[in-house]
Amino acid sequence: MQEERILKSEDDTITFAKELAPKLKEGDVLALYGELGTGKTFFTQQLCKFLGVRENVSSPSYVLMNEYMGICIIRHLDLYRLDAAEEVLELGLYDLYNDAITIIEWPEIADGMLPENTIHIYFEFINQNRKVTIKM
Amino acid sequence: MISNEKTKQFKILAFETSCDDTSVAIINSDFKVIVNLISSQTTHEDFGGVVPELASRLHLKNIMQLTQVALTNAELSFEDIDAIAVSVNPGLIGALLVGVSFAKSLAYSLGKPVIAVNHMLGHIYANRINNPHLRPPYLALVVSGGHTELVDFKSIVDFKIIGRTRDDAAGEAFDKVSKLLGLGYPGGPIIDKIARYGNPKFHQFPRALNKKDNYDFSFSGFKTSVRNYLASKNNKFIQEHIADIAASVQRAIVDSLVFKTIAFAKKSDAKIIIVAGGVSANSLLRSEISKKGKVIGANIFFPALEYCMDNAAMIGAAAIEKYQNNDFADLSLNAFSKKGIRIL
Repeated sequence: MQEERILKSEDDTITFAKELAPKLKEGDVLALYGELGTGKTFFTQQLCKFLGVRENVSSPSYVLMNEYMGICIIRHLDLYRLDAAEEVLELGLYDLYNDAITIIEWPEIADGMLPENTIHIYFEFINQNRKVTIKM
Repeated sequence: MISNEKTKQFKILAFETSCDDTSVAIINSDFKVIVNLISSQTTHEDFGGVVPELASRLHLKNIMQLTQVALTNAELSFEDIDAIAVSVNPGLIGALLVGVSFAKSLAYSLGKPVIAVNHMLGHIYANRINNPHLRPPYLALVVSGGHTELVDFKSIVDFKIIGRTRDDAAGEAFDKVSKLLGLGYPGGPIIDKIARYGNPKFHQFPRALNKKDNYDFSFSGFKTSVRNYLASKNNKFIQEHIADIAASVQRAIVDSLVFKTIAFAKKSDAKIIIVAGGVSANSLLRSEISKKGKVIGANIFFPALEYCMDNAAMIGAAAIEKYQNNDFADLSLNAFSKKGIRIL
């Protein structure tokens, strides 16, 4: 299934997150693609809010992964700084999926290590707006 | 409490493995650093081989070798060590675990106490290596690749987080903008260097959340604005003005940090402001906060440049008072990745 939507404002992103959140459950994996500034982290913050996370969700670029408690464990990963697939293995990615909702920014390097049920979301700039493409 | 413990000299062996670098240090109870080794900075000769980039994040290979080198350089043996300190949070859990497991095993086999240290408090204590008498109350700005927090310390165990980043950390903003400019990693030092040749007023990038009584930071919108600005210019223009753009970018990040810090310092009548973490090495941040701090009558402290980035000496420094207070962890100690500064 593929769906496209145009996000004209932060409110549109919030609506998108609000609609997606109730469809997610433990074991789900979201892979978020898109260049710097396309709104992946903002989307993740909103999504986490609708998944019941109360604390501030900030970028995990440096620490690679942050863990939160919402409706279940929510892991927010950012593979931006990793250079090789082996490093993704070192991170123990395979062991992480089952007991949590996993949100992965910059997932390209983990290509082939994502489970089949992964929801792929592509963020891109279209003029002044952002477009998201959801493949699930 | 004045006891023999307080006056007796002791040595702490400290480990820091919270993120990319493995670091091992030995520090004396008077805050004198005997040795401080950082894997990415350790030369091949010291190491007896190449430090593999890939393994650097796993720390396992590094930590034993670095410990041996540290003891050898210091001309000490394990028997000369009185306690073992280790950073237990926040950070990358797998990386932290290497340090914690190693520290615990060593402590158990040597029969020495182990001291758990919060990584962020470690950054703050880096200031005491050069200023051993520096004590709260003070306002601390902790800025690095992973953190941006403004913390008001009444005492070292009584503190309040006044502001924190809502999205990206300041060091991360430097890194990501550096990438957008094609300047490489790590972005902070590179932009700092190039910015010296540029005009900081060349372009006005936005300063987020610059409202009264809001001490949170945000760098995500700023990052997008840099991206949009660059997209509106051709490559020739960007290359010709790379120093100007770098200077403008640096100015925007530093302005946000300084504005909030000084605003709260003024409001709370802080007499001492300390800056810590990797971004505290930034030359513009140092000069700006010193200048503005002087105006409001606050004394400003920074760690020596070599103790700004993640290092074990600062973990050892944060363990000194804990040792004096017999504040030891038991062997059930575990690493946890939970964010931010906290008491252990």
